[in-house]
Amino acid sequence: MINQITRNIIRLVFLVFFQVAILNNIQLGGYINPFLYVLFILMLPFETPKWLLLISSFLLGISVDMFSDTMGIHAAACVFMAFCRPAVLNLVSSRQDYEPGFQPTIRDFGFKWFFSYSLILVIAHHILLFYLEVFSFSEFFQTLLRAVLSIIFTMLLLILSQYVMYRPKK
Amino acid sequence: MRNFFNFLLRQYFFFLFLILEVISFIFIVQNNYYQKSSFINTTNDISGNILTTLNNVSQYFSLKNANRKLSEENAILLTESKKYFIKADNRIYFHDDTLYKQQYEFVSAKVIRNSTNNRNNYLTLDKGSNQGIRVDMGVITSAGIVGIVKEVSPNFSSVISVLNKETKISAKVKKNGHLGTVIWKGGDYRFGLLIDIPTHVKPVLGDTIITSGFSNSFPEGIMIGTIADFRIEKGDNFYTITIKFSTDFNSISYAYIIKNFMKDELDKLNKNNPND
Repeated sequence: MINQITRNIIRLVFLVFFQVAILNNIQLGGYINPFLYVLFILMLPFETPKWLLLISSFLLGISVDMFSDTMGIHAAACVFMAFCRPAVLNLVSSRQDYEPGFQPTIRDFGFKWFFSYSLILVIAHHILLFYLEVFSFSEFFQTLLRAVLSIIFTMLLLILSQYVMYRPKK
Repeated sequence: MRNFFNFLLRQYFFFLFLILEVISFIFIVQNNYYQKSSFINTTNDISGNILTTLNNVSQYFSLKNANRKLSEENAILLTESKKYFIKADNRIYFHDDTLYKQQYEFVSAKVIRNSTNNRNNYLTLDKGSNQGIRVDMGVITSAGIVGIVKEVSPNFSSVISVLNKETKISAKVKKNGHLGTVIWKGGDYRFGLLIDIPTHVKPVLGDTIITSGFSNSFPEGIMIGTIADFRIEKGDNFYTITIKFSTDFNSISYAYIIKNFMKDELDKLNKNNPND
């Protein structure tokens, strides 16, 4: 258990650092900004208490906010994403039950499961994030375009990171 | 009452979610509507210092560019220097007698954080109230306008970039002096919009847009950009002019903060004007 906690804290610090130092500086046509840091919420163990899920997501969002002058919008989006997570887990449950010891990775549950699980949560997170940033519906379609492009790139990075960190079992 | 508490306990997940969302929204709204210094932004000591460290590494990648810009600027300043003028007659001019009073001072600052890919972009500079920086001061580079200081901490300041929903810069066409407003609608960071130019004025592609000097943040004549395209929206009495910013927002490494020594006086005067 201690091992799990330290591992998740290290993951949080690393993802925030990676997001702030590298991903926030990536310029792709002025539209696209991938947010890989949501990986932290996706990767929290199944047995995480619900209150801890919300609190740690809030801390994750606030620390990204602190470094990018976005003042609360990442926190709001992260908390919403964490709130959706238990429901989404029920929705996409596969043949295995979510037993302790299993991790929400491609290695343990396969590509299809991970893809639908992360896609639903990333869509929830990004849509809320981009509309909160604009804070009005006056540029509805432009914002939607930015959100969709960023969702695509975040998903690419998420799946790539899965294959880099966890080799699938043969 | 006990039932109520039981209900709260059973639904604690939902209520905790609501509480955390409300906290986040308070931060967001505070940022949007008040000039209130709060702790979750890059001007605080922790994130400011970490960003400075990161910038110390990443600045090496843009050294070549920064040097080129500095030498270009030096060349312009050298040509303006009095040393290189031939004296036309024998009259003596005192440059610094009581006729001249310094109105603006420029403070050089390093950009430690910058973004161009959000809808609302901000910059963080490594000068703050200890160096005399205050809210509402203008920020420029040698190429042109950058933004306006929004928040200061002792050693850092946060700048609203021109690439922001909130920014409206009073501007004019250099050639004929017609006044307009420069805004940014998102998307490409190289292009902005100049609005409120009446239809009887004929814009010309490539015309220079400069600051009007009517806001107390910027002196008159700071470069903003050039006209890249113009059209009249249906039923509109004004041109919508696309301008190409002269500043390359993506590669700002150093900037100047403008101190206006007459700002307090001007602000006090304008405060008595009820229509403002």
